[in-house]
Order: sequence, then structure tokens, then C-alpha cells
Amino acid sequence: MKTDGRPAVSEALHEITLTVNGVVREAKVPGRRLLSDCLRHELGLTGTHVGCEHGVCGCCTVLLDGDPVRSCLTFAVSVDGHEITTVEGLSGPGGELSPVQRAFSECHALQCGFCTPGFLCTVTALLRDNPAPTEDEVVEGISGNLCRCTGYQNIVKAVHRAAELMGDEA
Amino acid sequence: MKPSAFDYHAPRTLGETLEVLAGAGPHGKVLAGGQSLIPLLNMRLAAPSHLVDINRVTSLDTIAVRDGGVRVGALARHAAVERSAAVARAQPLLGAALRLVAHPVIRNRGTVVGSLVHADPSAELPAVLTVLDGSVRLARHGGGERDVPAGEFFTGPLESATEPGELAVSAFFPALPARAGSAFCEVARRHGDYAMAGAAAVVVLDEDLRIASARVACVSAGPVPVLLDMSEVCAHRPAASDDWDAVARAVRDLIDPEGDIHATAGYRRHLTGVLAARALRIAAQEATEDRDDATGGPR
Ligand SMILES: Cc1cc2nc3c(=O)[nH]c(=O)nc-3n(C[C@H](O)[C@H](O)[C@H](O)COP(=O)(O)OP(=O)(O)OC[C@H]3O[C@@H](n4cnc5c(N)ncnc54)[C@H](O)[C@@H]3O)c2cc1C
Ligand code: FES
Ligand code: FES
Repeated sequence: MKTDGRPAVSEALHEITLTVNGVVREAKVPGRRLLSDCLRHELGLTGTHVGCEHGVCGCCTVLLDGDPVRSCLTFAVSVDGHEITTVEGLSGPGGELSPVQRAFSECHALQCGFCTPGFLCTVTALLRDNPAPTEDEVVEGISGNLCRCTGYQNIVKAVHRAAELMGDEA
Repeated sequence: MKPSAFDYHAPRTLGETLEVLAGAGPHGKVLAGGQSLIPLLNMRLAAPSHLVDINRVTSLDTIAVRDGGVRVGALARHAAVERSAAVARAQPLLGAALRLVAHPVIRNRGTVVGSLVHADPSAELPAVLTVLDGSVRLARHGGGERDVPAGEFFTGPLESATEPGELAVSAFFPALPARAGSAFCEVARRHGDYAMAGAAAVVVLDEDLRIASARVACVSAGPVPVLLDMSEVCAHRPAASDDWDAVARAVRDLIDPEGDIHATAGYRRHLTGVLAARALRIAAQEATEDRDDATGGPR
């Protein structure tokens, strides 16, 4: 079935263990399984959205050992043994919304919501590293996430509001 | 789209990596940050049969400031190099350029060495390595290491001197001498995108604060970073009084960029001239301040 002179490949399955949102999960995946697809298909966590699959839109952003990365540009097998946080893991144990999630809801920072999981993960890490960002730092921080609906104004507002909420809680 | 199938290898040591790469030969590809390779695999523009993932080879995750420069190991991510205070002191042009590479989230994963091997003529780091006269260290199984100077490393669009079976283990960015300054200027359609035009500049002054050397490497201006020596054009004038318009004109005359859907060749030529002159002017200014620095000495 090979048409391009490539040697045959075996498509072996790899057993991997990921700690996803604090829960140890196991999966059997081929090497080419993207982390985004592993989360959605193998692990049933469909909160992580897939838009472009080439790193441009940011919808698929998750936290890898705390840092935001594109799950569509990461193979699941590459991050075997690591910790992943998806949008499903941002809320509290009783399902209460995180400050970032509350701020997005309060400020109308979403319309269709397709981009929202990526923004929430990106902003959660942004505010952890920089609890009181300037306007420029907010815009730079979310510059890798696209939103076709909101025009970004309310998203920027929500980031500042989330910083306030987190400050109040601290 | 999804990548086509490949055999996945996850070596843990450098020796193991080189062995696997040697076995895979022309059918193998190194996976570093994946921020350029995985889009190509997803779009099926590349379909290697063997993927050699170096993300577990922790001995390659190094950033060292020594021997008069910065040596960056193959697993050092853009974000780590950008954040390093020691790198900022030793070679500020690296951080200045890295802040223009993609977005923070991409920089969390992408590697400096991966970006060099990827050799995109629109990318910032190949221009930085070129203007600084840096080098890339390549290793192969049983064959030792070779250092390839920047001028020979970039061989064409998305092509480098890295041969099948070879691993780029590190890259070296020399520090600037005394009385020197650097700058990176670019214009992209959106912040974080590959630049339509841009330039990395290094200016060195003589003891009378006249321009002794002025070099600029232009991005998106040819198949590889285009290195131009503007020292003659700057005519050993004092940094503060140089004729930057003449520099911009000279750059425009020397380059032959191509047009694409984002910019015509003429616009790109004009823009490159403006940005090269601007980067040189800022670098010259910085060099003057470098001289005024109480600390003096090489940085
Ligand atoms: C949305 C988006 C925007 C971007 N914008 C920019 C931008 O503005 N400017 C810019 O410069 N880059 C940009 N990039 C690319 C980014 O900087 C990449 O991280 C970088 O080009 C490649 O580094 P990597 O570690 O991800 O390499 P990979 O994607 O893993 O590999 C790239 C290539 O290099 C080879 N390779 C990697 N490491 C080695 C090694 N050690 N030895 C031998 N071969 C190796 C691989 O086999 C592959 O062919 C962007 C990427 C995305 C997704
Ligand atoms: S789906 Fe990953 S960035 Fe668009
Ligand atoms: S809310 Fe629809 S894409 Fe952002």
C-alpha cells in the first residue's frame, strides 16, 4: 500500500500514562496520535477544541506541567508520564468556576465558545506567572489565541477582571 | 489532517539518539519542539517513516554562557532562552529576536536549535546566527562532531547542512565585543507571525566612536538569511551622524527578494531597506551607550 517508496511502518501501539486534571489515566496510542485527539477520543475529554491543527488558532491549548502548549502540535506519546490540565480541570472540586472562568462569564468574553477552552488555559497560566498584567502584557499573552466572535475587547476586560478576582481571593 | 504512520523512537541518551538516527538514515526525522515539524506532518507535507523524539534526552537541555558566547543545547526551548538573565547579559540580540518568534505558547515548546535546522528564511533565529557569525554543532553515530559556521549552515529555503543521520546537538551565539550594539527590527502582518521583512544588525565602533563595522542579516529577503556588510556605506562616520537613508538605499540595491501574496517584491525591497537602516541606527546608538557604560569591557 506504500506509494512513495517509504519503508513499511508498523503503527505499533504505545502504552502511556498521563495525569490529566489530577487523575492518572492510561491509554494505548499509535505514535502519531496528537495529544488533542488522545484527550478527546481516548480519554473522552472533549472540552479541548480542535480548530486548525497547525498551531495557529490556539483552541487546543492545554497546560503541560503547568505551561500552556498546543495539544495539536504535541504527540501524546511524547508527554507520557507528564501532567496535563484541560479546561475540565480548571474549576474547583465541586464544579465551582475558577476566577478566570467567572470573569469570562461576567464580562461576556465568549459568544459561540469554541475558542474559550484555549483562552481559559492560556489566561490561567498568564495570571499565575503575572498576577497584575498591564494592557500590553494581556494583549501579548493572548496574541496566540484567535476568536472569530467577540472582537477581543471583552476577553481583554475579562483577563483584567480575573486578575482582580484572584487578588481579592488571595 | 492527521500525520501518516511512523515508527516512534524515544531515546534517552545522546548515544542512543545517534544510533537510532544512523539506522533510520534518510527515512528518519528528529522531533524536537514539534512546532514546525508537526504542522508539516499534520498537513502531510512530510511523512518520515521514523520519528526520533529527543524530548527525553535531558542532557541536551542546556544553556551555557561561556567561551565568549552562549551555547544553546538542542532541547533548550525558546521560552527558557528568552527568560535567561545570563543570556540577556551575554548576547541581548537573542532575547530581542526570540520575543518576535511566534507566540508565547509556541515558544514554550519550540527549540532554538530546531528553528535553526528548520532553516525558514523568514525565521528570526537563522538571521541572528548569521549576523553574529555563530555556528551549529552536528554529531553523528561513530563520526564525532563538526561545527558548521552560520554562513555554510543555511543552504536553501528549509534546507540546512544537517545531513541524514546527523543530530544538531547545540548552537553557539558569540557575544559582542566592546563598543558594540545590536538590534532586531521586523514588520509582520500580525504580531507573532513570520515577518514580511526584517533585519538583525550588529554595529561595532572604534575608539573615536566612529562606525568600524556594520553588519545586517535580512529575513524574508532570499532563500537563506541575507548577510550584508554595510561598513563601507556607513563610511566610518560617527554613530550619531550617519546617513541612514543612504544605508537604506544601499540595502535596497543589494537584495533581490521575491513577492508573494503578502507583499510584492518591490514593497519587500523597500521595507527591508527601511528596517535594516533602522536596526543599524538602533544598534549604533546602543554601541555608543555601551561605550558610556561604567562597566565597559566586553559583554
Ligand atoms: C503558529 C506558529 C507561528 C510561528 N511563528 C514563527 C515565527 O514568527 N518565527 C519563527 O522563527 N518561527 C515561528 N514558528 C516556528 C517555531 O519557532 C518552531 O518552534 C521552530 O521553527 C522549530 O523548532 P522546534 O523545536 O519546534 O522544531 P521541530 O518542529 O521539532 O523540528 C523542525 C525541523 O528541524 C529538525 N530538527 C529539530 N531539531 C533538530 C536537531 N536537534 N537535530 C537535527 N534536526 C532537528 C526536525 O527534524 C524538523 O525537520 C511558528 C510556529 C507556529 C506553530
Ligand atoms: S487546533 Fe491547535 S492551534 Fe488550532
Ligand atoms: S467566542 Fe466564538 S470563537 Fe471566540
